[in-house]
Amino acid sequence: MKLAVLINEGPYQHQASDSAYQFVTAALAAGHEVMRVFFYHDGVNNGTRLTTPPQDDRHIQRRWSALADEHKLDLVLCVAACQRRGLVDEGEMKRNSKDAHNIADGFRISGLGQLVEAGIEADRLVTFGD
Amino acid sequence: MSTLNIVNKSPFEKRTLEQCLKRIGEGDSVLLIEDATISAVNGTAYANLLLEASKQSRLYVLQPDLQARGFAEKPLLDPVEAVDYAGFVDLVVKHERVHSWL
Repeated sequence: MKLAVLINEGPYQHQASDSAYQFVTAALAAGHEVMRVFFYHDGVNNGTRLTTPPQDDRHIQRRWSALADEHKLDLVLCVAACQRRGLVDEGEMKRNSKDAHNIADGFRISGLGQLVEAGIEADRLVTFGD
Repeated sequence: MSTLNIVNKSPFEKRTLEQCLKRIGEGDSVLLIEDATISAVNGTAYANLLLEASKQSRLYVLQPDLQARGFAEKPLLDPVEAVDYAGFVDLVVKHERVHSWL
């Protein structure tokens, strides 16, 4: 079955991103397709590559990047939520005249249309939030 | 059209469990995850609410979240079935819609 996931909360503050990761991992293990994971609101904070959590803690951002690499997942960060929170890719860096970019491997920035499309194209959309 | 309703907050903190149980239709299911898992434990102030809901809905609880909160060994309400993440995925597939009560 074709699944999509929406994550509305950032890492380490709420369980949403952890629950979503476990769910996506289990769905892939069961042979389902996860066509997109859309990060909205504070959820975009899951996509920065500049975090350094303590070594004995899980690395939430890197864990998503590794899963995306292994399974060719489409991890999409909402552009408007990113702009508010300082999540910048190379395109956004140039467009908004910033001096750096900080998006982790496997993530891309795009618009809400990607969420709407996931809602239409996937058989199920599962939301994780606070 | 059956719906899987996902509740993630303790009823002692938020009212989403009560709101969910009041509004779901016959044949819908409820999955308790994260802090909502406490309501699956036998003997809480919300036991009767869940027992009443179980007459027309199937109730599930996410075992890993129950375990993380130290409730794994506690007796659960009789109608509540424990599932792991694979079971969570199966429930999403089995129901035509999924609604998270956030």
